[in-house]
Amino acid sequence: MSSTITARERAAWGFVAPALIAIAVFFAVPVIAALLLSLTDFDIYALADLKNLRFVGLQNYERLLTNPLFWGAMKNTLWFSVLGVPLAIAASLFAAVILNARTVKWRPIWRVVFFAPYVTTLVATAVLWNYMLHTKYGVINWILTSVGLPAVDWLGSPATSVPAILMFVVWKIFGYNMLIFLAVLQTVPDDLYEAARIDGAGPWKSFRHVTLPAIAPTLLLVSIISVAGFFQLFAEPYVMTQGGPAQSTVTVLYFMYEEGFKWWNLGSASAVALILFLCIFAVTMVQLWASRKLGGDHT
Amino acid sequence: MKLRVILLNAAVALIGLIVLFPLAWMVSVSFMSTGEAATFPPPLLPKVWTLSHYRELFVDQGMGRYMWNSLALATLATLLALGFTVPAGYAFAKLRFRGRDRIFQMLIGALVIPAQIGTLPLFLMLKSVGLVNTYAGALVPWLASIFGIFLVRQYALSIPEEMLEAARIDGASEGRIFRSVVLPTLTPILVTLALFVFLGSWNDFLWPLIVLTDQSNYTLPVALAALSREHVQDAEMMMAGAVITVAPVLVLFLALQRYYIRGMLAGSVKG
Repeated sequence: MSSTITARERAAWGFVAPALIAIAVFFAVPVIAALLLSLTDFDIYALADLKNLRFVGLQNYERLLTNPLFWGAMKNTLWFSVLGVPLAIAASLFAAVILNARTVKWRPIWRVVFFAPYVTTLVATAVLWNYMLHTKYGVINWILTSVGLPAVDWLGSPATSVPAILMFVVWKIFGYNMLIFLAVLQTVPDDLYEAARIDGAGPWKSFRHVTLPAIAPTLLLVSIISVAGFFQLFAEPYVMTQGGPAQSTVTVLYFMYEEGFKWWNLGSASAVALILFLCIFAVTMVQLWASRKLGGDHT
Repeated sequence: MKLRVILLNAAVALIGLIVLFPLAWMVSVSFMSTGEAATFPPPLLPKVWTLSHYRELFVDQGMGRYMWNSLALATLATLLALGFTVPAGYAFAKLRFRGRDRIFQMLIGALVIPAQIGTLPLFLMLKSVGLVNTYAGALVPWLASIFGIFLVRQYALSIPEEMLEAARIDGASEGRIFRSVVLPTLTPILVTLALFVFLGSWNDFLWPLIVLTDQSNYTLPVALAALSREHVQDAEMMMAGAVITVAPVLVLFLALQRYYIRGMLAGSVKG
């Protein structure tokens, strides 16, 4: 009997070993190496000859924290997240709530249509939105000017570059969270809405007292994932603005890319990556803590 | 009540318009003659439909080469990811081995670490073994998919134990059981995972941008980004490039959307 168990266990290891080895070599080792790399002055000279590599302790971190360009990237990333996360979640939730109404026609088709931008290639749709946001020929300014508003230099002015990119990002991703919200909304029994209606609750009241409590846990999950996503914006500024105008759309990941692969300061770039990770981690922890606190108040 | 129904349907149609109009317009502009899109007000449809931008992209800009790179990489990534993650996902769900649950918990914990952190060391590792600027280098991240293992495991948990036991009593080896009993029952999740990896690889930008340094190895997104920096003013050609890049994945998604959406919800809501 024991020999059949070991044969089975051996087979099991045969099944998991390739994946575990791949994860160890191509994920775990690089992540740990990033930590070590961030403590060195790995640069273009070290790239040519490893003898030029020196251990510098926390110098990369110190230098970053006194670098205004890095703080600019942090500020822009924060700006993207503070504006983008609520905007994207609100759009997803709005679309989910109206698509959950039984009286809406062709619901299965709309569901797929609303989700479609999410699977499109980011670079391609960013190029498309670049054209739509064009100051002179873009369709968005055409809509604005035809209702009598002034044209906006969307991607050319530091004041509007972030909102302009966010319009594109929300268009592209709202369908994802919408599907998640829809799946949860479909588990809310109709009786609850019926009861709220009999109690004289309007649409807003029934949203607040029936819909919102039902989706609260999902809302937390979605907001955590969204924050992580918005902290990692890269291709959008790379394609649409190249970080400009006036550095207004340089995100942390964009800063890391330039630091690492344009200037070949791989030690410093690794420090950026780790700071980014710590920020995402910290925000996640705060969100979990806040939800526990709020959840505790309710009961 | 009537008014509410009309308002709801109007709101849905408006969102539909906002979602679909950019994509439809992208297609329309790609068929316009050069310079036509740079007029005000923006024209909705081409005066004369022309394929000249598509021709230029394939003949002069090497789009065929980039498309081949994208297709080959996405296909290989899909095959490799399935080969590595499916047996592991099944084993974590159904086979007993020492440390199984602890290893699985560690993997789930590691999901919070964004893969971007390891990007720079991974690049150096691949450089030291000469894999930068090769397909192999571009494919490496797809081997280490914790999410794929997780997805397959969740699905494999529902395989009835009796089915596996019956095959064991008949004297089938574990490898044979996996091939002829487990794989057929996993088919739906295999389609889902294949779709995720294929679209993920096709749409990926940062890693191919870093690791594929030679222009002849560019994938469509990398090539399109480079092209858009040179040809900003050439809206019609850029839209044609965007159509070529987006159309294959959009068609694939629409054909298999059931699998995609079901898998996506299984991975996020119940997870």
